[in-house]
Amino acid sequence: MTLKEVQELLEAQVLCGNDDCLERGVRVCFACDLISEMLLYLKPHSLLITSLTNAHVIHAAQVMDAKAVLFVGGRRPDESVIRSGESNKIPLLTTTLLTFDCCGRLYEKGVRGDKQ
Amino acid sequence: MVDSLAYTPQITLEFEIGEKDFFVAGECASRVKKTLQQLGLKQDVIKRIAIIIYEAAINVAIHATSGKLVVHVEPDAVTIRTEDVGAGIEDIDLAMKEGYSTASYEIREMGFGAGMGLSNIKQCSDDLNIESRVGVGTTLNARVSFKDERRHEGA
Repeated sequence: MTLKEVQELLEAQVLCGNDDCLERGVRVCFACDLISEMLLYLKPHSLLITSLTNAHVIHAAQVMDAKAVLFVGGRRPDESVIRSGESNKIPLLTTTLLTFDCCGRLYEKGVRGDKQ
Repeated sequence: MVDSLAYTPQITLEFEIGEKDFFVAGECASRVKKTLQQLGLKQDVIKRIAIIIYEAAINVAIHATSGKLVVHVEPDAVTIRTEDVGAGIEDIDLAMKEGYSTASYEIREMGFGAGMGLSNIKQCSDDLNIESRVGVGTTLNARVSFKDERRHEGA
């Protein structure tokens, strides 16, 4: 599914990323709140779901080639973090849903973790 | 056709890391990654190097009062060295154990401090050496080697 479809499915708001970026397809997703786990397990082209909102999330997503980042629980990073997402061409989204619900809805639509 | 990618110039990148300079760690990893991509190194090699840099630099920011990161690109390997002045490590074997951490709540809240850093570094390195003196500081040397035939993307 495309990021645009992910946005609708998860009732998310786009913080940065233009229409072209939102046409990117997402098949793999990874959810966690530990930077070291992101560095260990995040596979290229994944959607990263997290409740962390600091600049490390963008650096980790950039280093690991994530496709986009979704912040859960209504969390919203500072403007500087959003700008960093923008300059690294990593679309950022935020939703009031929590991690479990996001993963559940995505799984129903065929999105999987990397190990499957 | 001259294979320009077959030659990796020897370059050295240096970064200063101050006490609690947490975000510089990610910036170092990001910048080195971009440089290595320009040199045409393979993605999986670059990723291993970037992970080592990220974890090693954040360790310096967390535990030391000052330090530096030196990344040296050689024809067949990249070496990553951190030298710091600070608390040092009492028991290196224990520090290497996954899950062991002395990090504060502040560090954990940021998404680090789960005791995965050194084991992540070990997993990504071909050679790893850590020397530390309590109350003086720590030096970490990691090496990622790549054989000629798998050095470059598409090689």
